[in-house]
Amino acid sequence: MAQNLINALSLGSLYALIALGIALLFSIMGLINFAHGELITIGGYTLLAFHGLPLAVAVALTVAVVVAAALTMERLAFRPARGASGETLLMTSFALSLLVQGGVLLKEGADPQSVNVLGSLGASVDVGGMTIGKLDVAIIGVTGVLLIGLAWFLRATPLGVQMRAAAEDFTMARALGVRADRVVATAFGVSGAFAAVAAVFLVARTGTLTPSMGLTPVLLGFVAIVLGGLGRLWAAAIGAYVLALLSVMLQAYLPTGLAAYRDALVYLGIIVILLFRPHGIAGRPQGVRV
Amino acid sequence: MSLLLRTRQLSVRFGGLCALDGVELELGAGEILGLIGPNGAGKTTLLNVLSGFQRPTVGEVELDGRTITRWDAPRRARAGISRTFQDVRLFEEMSVQENCEVAVVGCGGRRSTARTQATQALELLDLQGSAHVLARDLPYGLQRRVGLARALCARPRVLLLDEPAAGLNDDESAAMAETVRAIHAELGCGVVVIEHDVRMILGLSHRVHVLDHGVTLRVGSPDEIRTDPDVVTAYLGEEVHA
Repeated sequence: MAQNLINALSLGSLYALIALGIALLFSIMGLINFAHGELITIGGYTLLAFHGLPLAVAVALTVAVVVAAALTMERLAFRPARGASGETLLMTSFALSLLVQGGVLLKEGADPQSVNVLGSLGASVDVGGMTIGKLDVAIIGVTGVLLIGLAWFLRATPLGVQMRAAAEDFTMARALGVRADRVVATAFGVSGAFAAVAAVFLVARTGTLTPSMGLTPVLLGFVAIVLGGLGRLWAAAIGAYVLALLSVMLQAYLPTGLAAYRDALVYLGIIVILLFRPHGIAGRPQGVRV
Repeated sequence: MSLLLRTRQLSVRFGGLCALDGVELELGAGEILGLIGPNGAGKTTLLNVLSGFQRPTVGEVELDGRTITRWDAPRRARAGISRTFQDVRLFEEMSVQENCEVAVVGCGGRRSTARTQATQALELLDLQGSAHVLARDLPYGLQRRVGLARALCARPRVLLLDEPAAGLNDDESAAMAETVRAIHAELGCGVVVIEHDVRMILGLSHRVHVLDHGVTLRVGSPDEIRTDPDVVTAYLGEEVHA
C-alpha cells in the first residue's frame, strides 16, 4: 500500500509539473498550448545530447535549452497572435507542435532511442521492508521544491503578484500598469523550466525517446487540469495527483483479467468525479475569464 | 489652473457607428470633471480612449501637453493615469491588500513601497479591517470601495472613474461621493467621473461635460448644466433638477 502511494506521488509529481506548465499559460493568456509536449521532447533529446556529462550539468543545460525554446516560441509564434481568440492560439500551438515534431524527426529519425540518464539514481533503497526507488524519491522531492518555489514566487515577488493578477483579469492588470510582455514571457519561462524537469524525469522513468514522446504527457496534463478544475492554478496540481492516484491504485488492485481496462476505468472515474463536481475538484464555479 | 489632460478633435468609429465625434475634453490639475450623458452617449468609450484601451480613429490625447495617443494602457498607468471599470473587476482570489499592491508593483514600485501605499490607501477608504480578506468574500458595496482604493494606490495624477456608484443604494451613493471627495482632497489629482446619478455628479463636480450621441452637448459649471434646456431635453424628462 505504502509503496503504491509512493508510486502515485511520484507519477502525480510528474503530471503536476506538466499540468502546471500548461495551466499557467492558460490562466494568463487563454492559451491551450499543445506545443508544451514538444518542449518535453526537446528536453528529452537535449538530455540525450549531453549524455556523458555529469548529471547536474546535463540537467542544468537541459533546463536552459528548454527555457530558451519556450521563450522563442513565445516571441516568434505566440506574441504576434496575442489577443487573438482561444481557437487561433490553439491552432498556432498545433502548428508549432507539428513543426517541432517534424524537426526532431528529421534530425533524430523516427526510431526510438534509449538513454540511461540516472545511473545510481536507478537503484532502490530498502526502508522497513519496502523497496523505494531513489528516482521516485528524487521526483517527489524536486517537484515539492519546485511547487513551493513557484508558490513563493507568485506570493512574494512583484513579478509573481503581477502574474497572479494577470491570470485573474488580464485587462484589469494592464489598466494597473502590468506589462503584458514581461508577465507572459515569465510565464513561458516557468512553463519551459517545468517542462524540462518533467522531461528529465520522464526519460529517467522510461529510458526511451521518440519524436512524439511529448504527446501522451501533454494529454495527461490536460486531463489533470480539467479534473482539478479551471480557474485556479493549484487545482491543476491537485488534479494531477488525483489522476496519478487513480491510475496507480487501479494498476495495483485490478484483477489481472481486468487489467487491460485500466485506462478505461481511470477515465470512467474522472467522468464520475466531474458529474458530481462539474467545475473540477477545486475549480471555481464561474470558470475562467479570458 | 493648468491643463492636465486634454483631447483634441477625438473621434471613434466602430464600422458605421460613430461612438465619439470631435470631442474636446479638458481636465485641469486638481479638478473634478463630471462626465454625463444619456445611455450610448459615448462616456465609457471616451474613458477607454483616455486610459489607452481604445485607439481613437481620429484625434489626439495629451497629458501635460505631451501627446500620448499611441501609448498603451500599462504605459499610461505608469504615467499616472488610473482608471476603474463599471464592473469592479477585483482580483477575487487575492486579498484586498494584494489587490492594492498590484497597482503599485504594476507601475514599477517595490514590494515594500507597495505594502506601505496599499495600507495608506486602505486607511483612507476606511478598509484597513478588510485588508487580509479575499476580495471575493467582500460584500458588493465594499468591493466597490476596494476598487477605488486600488485605483488610487499608485497615487495617480489622473483618476478616471466609470460609474463608481453603480448598483449602490442612495446612502451608499452619497458615501461614495464623499469618498471621491476625500480622495481628491488627499491626492490632489484630477478626476474624471462618469455617473448615472445626475444629482450626485452635479454635487460632486467642479465642471460637467455633457455628451450626447458621441458629441459634446455642453461643458459648464454644475449650475449652468442643471438649468440648461438642451441638457434637460437630451435626458428626455429624466430628472436633472435635484
